[in-house]
Amino acid sequence: MASSQKSPATAAGPNVEEAARGSGGPRRLAERWRTLPMLPRHLIAACAAMIAVIALTSITDPGANLRLASIGFYMLAIAGLGILIGFSGQVSLGHGAFMFIGAYSTALFVIHMPMLPLWLNLALAVVISCLAGLIIGVVCARLHGPYLAGATLALAVAMPALANRFSDFLGGPNGLSFVMRGTPPALSDMVSNTQWQAWVVWLTVLIVLVFLANLSHGRLGRQMRAVRDDETAAALSGIRVARVKVTAFVVSAGCGGLAGALQAYLLKTATPSTFAVALSLSLLAVLVLGGLGSLWGALWGAIAMVYVEEWGDSLAHALTLDTNVANNLPHVLYGVLLIALVLTWPSGVQGILRQLGNALRSRGHSGNGTTSVPSTQQGK
Amino acid sequence: MHRPRAMSAAAAAAAAAILLSSCSGAGEVEDNGTADLDVSTGVTDDSVVIGTHMPLTGPAAPGYSQIPAGAGAVFEYINDNGGVHGREIDYRVEDDVYQPDNTVEVTQDLVHDDEIFAMVGGLGTPTHSKVLDFLDQEGVPDLFVSSGALMWNQPDEYPLTYGYQVDYTREAKIQGEYIAENFPDADVGYLHQSDDVGEDSQAGLDQYLEDQVVEVQSYDSGQDSISAQVEALADAEADVVVCSCVPNYSAMMLLESAGIGYDPQFVVSSIGADTVTLSGLLEQFAEEAGSDAPADAMLDGMISTGYLPRVNQEDDPWISFFREIYDDYVEEDVPFSNTTIYGMVQAVKFAQVLENAGEDLTRQALIDALDEDDYPGPGLVPFTTASDNHAGYTGTYVSRYSEGGDVEVLQEVRVTDNEDGPIEEFDLERPGPDEIAPFSDLG
Repeated sequence: MASSQKSPATAAGPNVEEAARGSGGPRRLAERWRTLPMLPRHLIAACAAMIAVIALTSITDPGANLRLASIGFYMLAIAGLGILIGFSGQVSLGHGAFMFIGAYSTALFVIHMPMLPLWLNLALAVVISCLAGLIIGVVCARLHGPYLAGATLALAVAMPALANRFSDFLGGPNGLSFVMRGTPPALSDMVSNTQWQAWVVWLTVLIVLVFLANLSHGRLGRQMRAVRDDETAAALSGIRVARVKVTAFVVSAGCGGLAGALQAYLLKTATPSTFAVALSLSLLAVLVLGGLGSLWGALWGAIAMVYVEEWGDSLAHALTLDTNVANNLPHVLYGVLLIALVLTWPSGVQGILRQLGNALRSRGHSGNGTTSVPSTQQGK
Repeated sequence: MHRPRAMSAAAAAAAAAILLSSCSGAGEVEDNGTADLDVSTGVTDDSVVIGTHMPLTGPAAPGYSQIPAGAGAVFEYINDNGGVHGREIDYRVEDDVYQPDNTVEVTQDLVHDDEIFAMVGGLGTPTHSKVLDFLDQEGVPDLFVSSGALMWNQPDEYPLTYGYQVDYTREAKIQGEYIAENFPDADVGYLHQSDDVGEDSQAGLDQYLEDQVVEVQSYDSGQDSISAQVEALADAEADVVVCSCVPNYSAMMLLESAGIGYDPQFVVSSIGADTVTLSGLLEQFAEEAGSDAPADAMLDGMISTGYLPRVNQEDDPWISFFREIYDDYVEEDVPFSNTTIYGMVQAVKFAQVLENAGEDLTRQALIDALDEDDYPGPGLVPFTTASDNHAGYTGTYVSRYSEGGDVEVLQEVRVTDNEDGPIEEFDLERPGPDEIAPFSDLG
């Protein structure tokens, strides 16, 4: 357990250091923090993050609240994909398909069974996407590398087409739109709708992140890393490789589904074009951009997901380019950023920050070294 | 290791249960009554902010980005001439890339951040349908939606939403009747978009052509090629092909048909029949394919339906008025096309209503002005904003395009409803720009 203090999912690292700096004995506090068991540490971090979100939404305008909430659900989707790729070493190009499943399940439940409370709705969306993940994971368990990527890519292509095929039930290309409850009436004077939505999204996301952080540090996380680095060695040491891989797939699908469900909750719509292949590819790209094998990386990735495209769009508009160029500028921006980052810092934004943090710390005192996620053969 | 994991699961479940169960029945929304309309959000003494969502980039942009350019030009013209009741119209166009999730986002931005007074001309069925409830809840008047879907005309459910263009079923009924009368022995094929465009169109066409149809083909919006669909229509030897398609696919259909030597009579709905846009697309496609097939020849003989004046009607007072505005206010890379006019007419309609709403502008005043339902104007067919009928334009004429740009009107304006009512001829009083406020007082 001691080795985990610097590992990727220590979601509260910087927060706590900041907090500690303010008080009298920063070093002692930091040490006490490290000796805390994993679960309370992650829970405290999640509570701090939730407070930060509530504070942030109280000063931002509704548009920013919506984007903050978008960062939340994208982070969840990316973190789920990170578990699959960064930890278990299986590359999926079809993560958007699970978001599709989550979003459409939520939409259908809201439309056909409006009496279900939101939490049950979300839980059912998770269950359904986990089931889908189980089926697909079992089917794909024998596939490696490019074959797995190909199979999952097919999934991303096929899923949105389902909506067109069963257009009576799934609404066809126009998708489904519906209404959902906003702020509970008791709070509606103090809390705006967009604030409430951002809170609900982040609360859900943080609960799942705590689960993911524990999971990735626990036995299953170690098993996944072992499988990722060498399947044969893992099998020889008694790990049931296939089961671990399928489990990773199910966890990742559940996260994707929940992210899709939250998106549906936020936007009150589910349309096939939202979940096109480009979504799956973007999720993969920003995961690499943010940093594989770390939940923090998912946060940077989610921020990039929400803002890089927007900046690209406004840049395209500002330059008044030809529409064909303008259409592709955000993608080009993505691509250039990704290439530049992978060439200079293959470990992504989180890698940069970690190195910076280490440099600062080693100046402070001799430090504990840099035990991060074993990084051999990542993302092969 | 087991215990912490079990604990974390239990804690997560408990937290979820406690914190999320407070909002029971996620889909049960009690109707709080209509929002307060006696407000002047976005209105000051010298300006009024309105907003719209449009595909400025993305696959739908080539055909439709001319609409906000046209509308914006009319608003600029009005502003330069003193505005409406002394108020400049601040027209904010947000790009939604024709993606419904973007539409939701930009509409929330417009309503919350820009604090628009009204939404004017939001474009697209898949897109705009996702913000109907939101706009209704927020009490934002939602005028002249740029789409022919039937759902904009539901005064009971969406009292603040008003249609603009003639709806797909009305248009298709008139097409159907025209074909049945003028091509009584022809075998007819349909090609349409596999969403409400196709569905609503077919509902209208079938009322008159059920016995003549030999083939029905559809494409999904976003599809790269429709060669299979065109082949199927050719194999069925359809003599008349009715195309309820957006410009991209009308152009593809013409190109594919020319490619396989299939030459039926094409009848194209107004949404995909702007010949300036079509010839631009045809030239572009031909260039990409490395051929120099003459675009204009492919358009020769195409029959289409329409409800607005056309660019080539140079002696029409509205067209010459629009031409002047175009010359002064629209950038050169936007062509003067029927699509640009579509946006200009939309802006004229809004200005008329705004003028009528009076000096003390509130959202309620705007709705009251719409209820007066007396807005004759650029269009060639009657326009309705009655409190029980939010349809917008309610009929079409039928015309034929000939190589070189001549357009011949084959059948004068007829109007109908979107159910199984009769199709009737109609004589329209159509004042020019110098007879309609606010334009009569401007310049």
